Amino acid sequence: MQITWFLARRFSAMIAVMFLVSVGIFSLIHLSPGNPIDILLGPVPRTPETVATLNERYHLDEPLYIQYWIWLTNALQGDFGTSIRTSLPVSQEIADRLPTTLALGIYAFIITVVGGATLGVLAGLRQGTNIDRVAVITAVAGMSIPSFVVGVLFLYLFAIVMPWFPTSGSGQGFIGSLWHLTLPSLSLALICGAYITRHVRAAYGRILGEDYLVFARARGVPSMRIFVTYLTKNAMIPIVTISGIVLSMLITGAVLIEVTFSISGIGQLLVQSARYQDIPMLQAVALFMATMVMLINLTTDLLYSFIDPRIRLGDGS
Amino acid sequence: MFTLMRRTRTAPVIVKLCAAILLIFAFLSVGGNWVVPMNPHSQDLTQSISLPSRENLLGTDSLGRDILSRVIEGTSSAVSGPLIIAVGSFFIGNILGLISGYYGGRIDNLIMRWVDLMWSIPNLLVLILVAGTTGAGYWVSVFLLLFLSTPFDTRVVRGAALEQVSRPYVEATKTIGLSDFRIMLKHVWPNVAPIAVANAFLVFAAALVSLSGLSFLGLGAPPGTPNWGLMVAENQGLLLANPAATLVPAALIALLALAMTSVGDWIDDALRGEGNKS
Repeated sequence: MQITWFLARRFSAMIAVMFLVSVGIFSLIHLSPGNPIDILLGPVPRTPETVATLNERYHLDEPLYIQYWIWLTNALQGDFGTSIRTSLPVSQEIADRLPTTLALGIYAFIITVVGGATLGVLAGLRQGTNIDRVAVITAVAGMSIPSFVVGVLFLYLFAIVMPWFPTSGSGQGFIGSLWHLTLPSLSLALICGAYITRHVRAAYGRILGEDYLVFARARGVPSMRIFVTYLTKNAMIPIVTISGIVLSMLITGAVLIEVTFSISGIGQLLVQSARYQDIPMLQAVALFMATMVMLINLTTDLLYSFIDPRIRLGDGS
Repeated sequence: MFTLMRRTRTAPVIVKLCAAILLIFAFLSVGGNWVVPMNPHSQDLTQSISLPSRENLLGTDSLGRDILSRVIEGTSSAVSGPLIIAVGSFFIGNILGLISGYYGGRIDNLIMRWVDLMWSIPNLLVLILVAGTTGAGYWVSVFLLLFLSTPFDTRVVRGAALEQVSRPYVEATKTIGLSDFRIMLKHVWPNVAPIAVANAFLVFAAALVSLSGLSFLGLGAPPGTPNWGLMVAENQGLLLANPAATLVPAALIALLALAMTSVGDWIDDALRGEGNKS
């Protein structure tokens, strides 16, 4: 009963936020300076026929809320119109580029979580040692240095000084893609992993001082059991919370990294469309990314309420 | 503030070093014009894409412009945007945070909901979207980022104010009949301000990272201006011919952000530790 209530509330909150976001994204076309028709026409010459086609598609003569409704229903069916830059259907372009971005994101996320958590656990269990110092310095550096700076540095070190990796592109086949995506993923992981390391280190350090842990040790509970049941289970909550934030950061970071390494993914598409003021494309990519961020937040919320019953059974606020 | 001065002597070497770096950047941003060895805008196509030499200490770019001069000239543009953001969101965030923490209740709820909503929005995406659709210039992005940064300050100040409100001195000021405004400004705020100042350093670093990222993507500073983020992008193709043209501005962004974060973190640690003891 309480779980259903909890789910319903979180879900309706998400729908409400999505509504606000979609209104914001829809209004972009009316916020940009100039006549929407001129913007949507782009380089196409302005004739009565082309204007009529656009009016039929966007219903620009109708009141705004009707325009919004038509735009939303089309968008929900995956129809975002034609790109001004490439004059191809927007959804097709996104679908073409999605696999590359997904591969980059998953690759980077795995490195981030495995690397960041390992370093965090080691540092958290041995605070004040050399490995802890290394972890803290990496975390501070990773958190304040922009991802494209790390990208450019990696590009110089590992593709030019030591030509181990290619400088750009996405590669052919599975091994080829993996090869091309290694440096970009590492650059992303260094930035995002810093947050994981910092939080995991803090979580383990805090739990190490708890009474129940000291008592478990005194009772002679095997150290493996202490690590898994007492430490890791309790450290999971901050880790899951931060994973959601890290995933959102990966989406933003991917934009910069894809441009740095000339990877033709969604992020690069966003930047190209922004430079060209390709509004239908921008709207679609923005809505897509916003939905991803929302879904990630929702999943994190649900995940930690399952890990920690206190959150679910509390007042939830 | 006295605590901070007392603590300065015992600060770790690395923090002192970072503070010195910040002073150098501050000097270059104001007096950069007097130190540049050459005119940062003058082109010399006979000297294009040269490696560091005695004439051009960091070499030249594809238009033969001196990298060192451009990097120095770029300091003021790198510092000014984030500074406006840090100061602006410091004021707005302090006002909202104080109101939220002091009054509590419904107004607190309202402000915190707004903070939560803004918190979940990825700043860079909003900046790209607005720059892309409206073709807005660099300064519009700066003011937009100022607005997007305020929740960060608001949350920190609210937390600190909440901690103060339950203390006896606040009750005492209420008992003698001081106005809410006066209590907030003259009694609560001085105890909150140091933490807010530390936070402003972190906001500065974050704003620097976002703005230089935006310029790197070609959506921030206008083409041709000596801006670090823009220089990284413009000269990335020269990574083989003159690596310094890309790596130096990139390193400067990292250095400034790191120094700001370290000093901010240290102030925060020093003051929070002190606050808990009293």
